[in-house]
Amino acid sequence: MGAQMRIYRQRIKSVSSIKKITNAMELIAAARVVKARQRATEAMPYTTALTRAVSAVASNTNEDHPLTTSSSDAKRAGVVIIAADRGLAGAYSVSAIKRAVELMNHLQGEGMEVVPYLVGRKAVAYFKFRKREYAQEWTGFSDAPTFENAKEIADRITADFLKDWDEGGHDEIHVVFTRFRSMVRQDPHVLRLLPLEVVDASDEGEEGLDLSVNQYEKGEIPPEYDFEPGAAEVLDQLLPKYVRNRIYTALLSSSASELAARQRAMKSATDNAGDLIKRYERLANQARQAGITQEISEIVGGADALADAKK
Amino acid sequence: MSSLKVEMVAADRKVWEGEAKFVRARSIAGELGIMPGHSPLLGILVEGEVTIESVDGQRQTVTVDGGFLSVDSDVVTIVAEHVDASSMHTSGR
Repeated sequence: MGAQMRIYRQRIKSVSSIKKITNAMELIAAARVVKARQRATEAMPYTTALTRAVSAVASNTNEDHPLTTSSSDAKRAGVVIIAADRGLAGAYSVSAIKRAVELMNHLQGEGMEVVPYLVGRKAVAYFKFRKREYAQEWTGFSDAPTFENAKEIADRITADFLKDWDEGGHDEIHVVFTRFRSMVRQDPHVLRLLPLEVVDASDEGEEGLDLSVNQYEKGEIPPEYDFEPGAAEVLDQLLPKYVRNRIYTALLSSSASELAARQRAMKSATDNAGDLIKRYERLANQARQAGITQEISEIVGGADALADAKK
Repeated sequence: MSSLKVEMVAADRKVWEGEAKFVRARSIAGELGIMPGHSPLLGILVEGEVTIESVDGQRQTVTVDGGFLSVDSDVVTIVAEHVDASSMHTSGR
């Protein structure tokens, strides 16, 4: 057998085992996407209840709250970047980070100092490799975030937002996450989290997360609530929860996107491996045929030479 | 007699939903008792127990870590980041 053919056989073997791995990863991602979407759906009643309550307080009072007041000349902005912990998810992390860098350049262009907060190892690796500063990193939960993770992030950025400017306080907080639109479509998206724009009833529109719900139907007026202990205190209690919830929904949406992206990437990897195997098999067959042809012509040539010699 | 529709929601799931005739909880300002026909109310809860008396008189208690409670036309929504419903029976569904 020809040496050429042995090489092709080896390649076929290694590509087949890669194909097995990518195929398994595709199946795992597919199963986990379902779970991630389910978690996102399960978190919706809380989002609905909280949004209803916040908009009820907001439309019943004219309370000003530190979390809702925007300063006229913003000088420092925090950007929370949500990316994946692991690779092999196609362009998922790259496109989220790219969107974030765009945003940071834009904010810097407006004369602001930008402080990044990173979620997911891929984002951390991006910043470390470029030796760029960042405030804090959170890793290890990008494909299955819990509410505790969201709480940790939200509490840190809320605290930083409320600090005085001299102590490193922020004037704005943006979140870059990936919106899960469908199994085949996930878009990186920027949400200005703080200062909160308290969504007036039925007017959330573009600002809202994909997974959040428009609270009151158009025209429905929230009832005149009694607040216990008082509207200001209620708002004070609700807004930090609202921030946590927003971070949580952003994390959930991102994790569903990550898994969907991974499933798609692994599916095309499996398909490509199949194509490669087919091509190598053809080349191997060709090499084998060439070997046989050569042998025949050698035998025929040898026989001819013998016959000529006898004459 | 009319009854209350009670929804209990934690940050990551809906914990319980059902009919009840009385709900008791502790707000910052003190004890709250809700019966059908209560005026719209939004109260901040403190860490502690919420008792729900179902239509057949059965009492159930869950533990919440704060959160809030809203009442609006006989719909009571109890919202907390964590709800411990381990002591809760599944009746009332």
